[in-house]
Amino acid sequence: MPAQVITITSGKGGVGKTTATANLAVALAADGSKVVCIDGDIGLRNLDVILGLENRIVYDIVDVIEGRCRLKQAMIRDKKLPNLYLIPAAQTRDKNAVSPSDMNRLVKDLRPDFDFVLIDSPAGIERGFRNAIAAADRVIVVTNPEVSAVRDADRVIGILEAEDKGPGALIINRLNPVLVRKNDMLSADDVLDLLAVELIGIVPEDENVIIGSNRGAPVAADPKSKAGQAFRNIAKRLKGETVPFMDLESTGSLWERIQRMAGRK
Amino acid sequence: MSIFDRLFGKTKSADSAKERLQLVLIHDRTDLTPAELDSLRDDLIATISRHVSIDAQAVQIDVEHDGRSQRLIADIPLKAARRRTRKIK
Repeated sequence: MPAQVITITSGKGGVGKTTATANLAVALAADGSKVVCIDGDIGLRNLDVILGLENRIVYDIVDVIEGRCRLKQAMIRDKKLPNLYLIPAAQTRDKNAVSPSDMNRLVKDLRPDFDFVLIDSPAGIERGFRNAIAAADRVIVVTNPEVSAVRDADRVIGILEAEDKGPGALIINRLNPVLVRKNDMLSADDVLDLLAVELIGIVPEDENVIIGSNRGAPVAADPKSKAGQAFRNIAKRLKGETVPFMDLESTGSLWERIQRMAGRK
Repeated sequence: MSIFDRLFGKTKSADSAKERLQLVLIHDRTDLTPAELDSLRDDLIATISRHVSIDAQAVQIDVEHDGRSQRLIADIPLKAARRRTRKIK
């Protein structure tokens, strides 16, 4: 079966697109799928460091598009997962070096050999974003439970609908259950109410994500990390499995539970 | 908001975030600023007044949302209709 092509985007920068792409790639590959991820952020390459593959780059996406190397030469194989590959972004090139039709051609060549093609979109709604969504079968919008991220996600969802890319599926990233319980952070339900799109995952704030980035080892491979579990669940949902959402909001300290029972929160 | 917060007149920040976002998203999605909505209201009043007499002060124009679709709701009380019914009686 040809690959499912999924673009991960957000509008706002810094909400965790690259982390989400890396973690979904690792979770899907660890579960036996053949995965290639493409860093679509020309000039601001980052997926390589998050995956821990920065030292192995020889060719990049622009080299492929401009014919300086074959597609296979630009695909870096992961150290631990033999069925995970990365096509890195160019770091020094002009971001206009890639067009939507270049992306369509590249993805068409990758489709027959993979189960999943994941495209990490740059922030914003300009050229790089248009390139990233051009070939997508499905778009995942990453947001944080925070006013600016939700507002930008809504803009992106509007553009996706206007471009006939469907409304997209939402990942609410970096949700802090303690703040939600105190009613000092938008809950997943609040965000869904506002954006009115399909939810594909809620990822709790988890310091292991930063530790994993430091090491170049995404948390999806860490069985103890809650965020890792959330990403593994999303990977399963992408494969069509029904996985219940993690219950992040109901637990808490004894005192918090007593307060909740008393109707204080 | 819990009853305690209401008693102390304190709005938790998540509630204000949601309320503010609701308004901002309506304007982002429709490309209608509050000023444009006001001018739309004035135009509507002018147009409708040419046909029937309305209570211009009580006219209400709102954008409501249902999922991702937006709807313009206009509540326009008629003056003339009421008067006429009274006369007939």
